Amino acid sequence: MIRLRYALFVAGILGLGAVLVVGVAGLPDFGHYAGPYGDIIARQVEPQRHMANAVSATVFDYRGFDTMGEELILFAAASAVALLLRETRDHDTKQIVDAVRSDAVHGLGMLTAAATLLLGIYVVAHGLISPGGGFQGGVILSGAVVLVFLAAEYHAYARIGATKFAEPLESFGAGAYVGLGLISFAFGLAFLENFIDLGVTGRLRSGGSAALVNWASALAVAGGFLVIFGEYLEENMAARYGRRT
Amino acid sequence: MTILPYLLAVFIFVVGLFGIVTSRNLIHIAVCVSVCQSATYVLLLAIGYRKHGTAPVFGDIPTSRTVVDPIVQALTLTDIVVAVAVSALLLAIALKVYEKKGSLDPRDMAEMKG
Repeated sequence: MIRLRYALFVAGILGLGAVLVVGVAGLPDFGHYAGPYGDIIARQVEPQRHMANAVSATVFDYRGFDTMGEELILFAAASAVALLLRETRDHDTKQIVDAVRSDAVHGLGMLTAAATLLLGIYVVAHGLISPGGGFQGGVILSGAVVLVFLAAEYHAYARIGATKFAEPLESFGAGAYVGLGLISFAFGLAFLENFIDLGVTGRLRSGGSAALVNWASALAVAGGFLVIFGEYLEENMAARYGRRT
Repeated sequence: MTILPYLLAVFIFVVGLFGIVTSRNLIHIAVCVSVCQSATYVLLLAIGYRKHGTAPVFGDIPTSRTVVDPIVQALTLTDIVVAVAVSALLLAIALKVYEKKGSLDPRDMAEMKG
């Protein structure tokens, strides 16, 4: 039975591998990118959209609708994790005491958390100007909150990190993303089309409404990651220290 | 050989697939899915690469400069974030399976019904 399965797999994988190799052999040689679209965006992004970062411009403006789909995948995955892990939790985590005893770890950790928060805001805010953007910055922002757990105690994290804070943040971010698209409709424009002043390239307030989309996705990503991390952490804490209720 | 980076992507994908099929552990399968997904990053970025091209961020380079394709980079960027979320979901499912069955071996789940 097992042997038959392996034989099937080997036959399948050899076939798939052959098809893939033939497929990539037909691609343009490495280093000789041929497609016109990337070039068009690279040439147009500054005169047309007043953004310096062509990657962020693609994510939040040219392919903004596509990114909304990705955003909603993240939202759905985080919700599913919460649903799966919360449903059957049979431990009470309210009584857990899990404080960090070392003052040095506590103090320096909190400083690092503040610095990480600042870095996250910086990366998001400059997303349309320099490398960065809502996705990367959002992950850094959630990392700042996780540092609070590492440096302080579980309850400090649970207060700011878990359900009360992260879920509204995620929902607000995802909702704002869709809402910005609908506002474009209200102005008689296409979905997510820019509806405010584009500003000067290289300035913090440039790129028009794509900058707001950038912030919306940062909040959604940060919230989504916090929900996922919070659920796993609570599960772990309940299993290790919790009392059965 | 100029298609070597593409072949690398194929190799990573096939290795991940091999891991999924032969795996005896659900957590191992979740990792293998991430390996398969990494192949897409390599393929996308390899397609967009251009000789002597630089990052498509025009903060301090002239717009006439040769740059790599920004679209595939944007796709890779969102792909990575989604991959993390998918891994989290798969691991949550593995956790629940372990709670119910006391095992992470897919062979023990032959009798699983929908």
